[in-house]
Amino acid sequence: MTLHETACPEALPSFPMPRDGRCPFDPPPRGRDLQQEVPMTRVRLADGSTPWLVTRYAEGRALLLDPRLSADASRPGYPHAAAAAGEDPSAASDGSVGGGAGLSFILMDDPEHARLRRMVQAPFTVRRIEAMRPDVQEIADELIDAMLAKDGVVDLVEEFALPLPSLVICRLLGVPYAQHEFFQESSKAIVHRGATPEGRRAAFTDLAQYMGSLLAQKLEDPQEDLFSDLGARVLDGELTAAEAVQMGILLLVAGHETTANMIALGTTALLEHPADAARLRDEPEPALVASAVEELLRYLTITHDGRKRVATEAIEIGGVRIRAGEGVIVATDLGNRDPAVFADPATLDLERNPRNHVGFGFGIHQCLGQNLARMELQVVYPTLLRRVPGLRLAGELADLPFKHDAGIYGVHSLPVTW
Amino acid sequence: MKVTLDQDRCVASGQCVMAAMDVFDQRDEDGIAVLLTEDVGPETVPDVQLAAAVCPAAAIGLRP
Repeated sequence: MTLHETACPEALPSFPMPRDGRCPFDPPPRGRDLQQEVPMTRVRLADGSTPWLVTRYAEGRALLLDPRLSADASRPGYPHAAAAAGEDPSAASDGSVGGGAGLSFILMDDPEHARLRRMVQAPFTVRRIEAMRPDVQEIADELIDAMLAKDGVVDLVEEFALPLPSLVICRLLGVPYAQHEFFQESSKAIVHRGATPEGRRAAFTDLAQYMGSLLAQKLEDPQEDLFSDLGARVLDGELTAAEAVQMGILLLVAGHETTANMIALGTTALLEHPADAARLRDEPEPALVASAVEELLRYLTITHDGRKRVATEAIEIGGVRIRAGEGVIVATDLGNRDPAVFADPATLDLERNPRNHVGFGFGIHQCLGQNLARMELQVVYPTLLRRVPGLRLAGELADLPFKHDAGIYGVHSLPVTW
Repeated sequence: MKVTLDQDRCVASGQCVMAAMDVFDQRDEDGIAVLLTEDVGPETVPDVQLAAAVCPAAAIGLRP
């Protein structure tokens, strides 16, 4: 048994690992070193548990396809985020909220996962998302109009990166945007790495109460939106009201926190690569824009806590044997920088067009909203660069408040000027 | 060559449509992929191979 397989916790690398402050776009250097040494290594979480970390692309992708890995967070051995923050994991696996069923089908296996996911797939097809592009362009332009009317330094997160995906997902779901501050705060509380189980539970409860009353409205007065569709299924008996509320929360939280972070962090990365930014601004052909978005998704891989699973049977892979009941964390940020798959992986190459990146995950849980996210980013980066040609950071890159403390990486604020 | 699609495995990601839009589409009611044609000529094979590679559910096959 090698050092990387030992169950002796003190000798193992702890997870999550710290980034190098001089390279805020790169995954933790320790992760890159581990990837060079082994495809699979045990790591130590703050609660002392020792799940497997998958460092390489091939093994990570294979495991995300493997039906012997469960996404069910209520199973013993599941590597909880709360465990990583040093909290009591059993509190996080409370069946009603937090690490358990509160996040709907993202934490379930088939067949229940498929049954629920199929109910919300229709608005996210390539065709339906493409039809939303002019609306998203309009939202982007209006937000930029408002921003340009201000002088001096503005926070791009507050003026643009958060409102845009928030407005879009609210429109799709049928949630009134007027409440956006409330659910932005709740979403933050849910994804915070250091959140206590109580904190997450409270945020979920608040959101659930709000969404519950909204669902009641949709049952009485259905509109052309996804939450009304779910309301119709509740009336049909296909869903309970609680299930509909949980799905609504999942889509709401997943629909803006992630995309907002990609907008802010991607803009920061482009500003640090001025030649690339200039190219995207001056020659925004659809093929280049699409390639640039895929490359930023690969390069940044903001889901830096990894894809978490627990084995239901033994699996032999990458020279190790995962036992039933052991946790597995697939480090997609490391996989997207695997030199065996991506030449010169630490280089941002806007023409690379990495179609096979795992920024949206892989397997049956691959991001439901990925086409929406792609389209929003394809609109946002060229529009920002074109309409604000002098856009620049108002301070130093190193001084930006990067979200080391959140499950989804990004920046808390992005002071810019032009 | 012949392309196969397992709709039971499909999770409606639409990546096949983006890779090979002449071969795959998504149905309206739930976004599950459908085959526009089973037969692919040599010029289309690379697109279908890409579709099979990016499909997150391993639902696409290609055979002689």
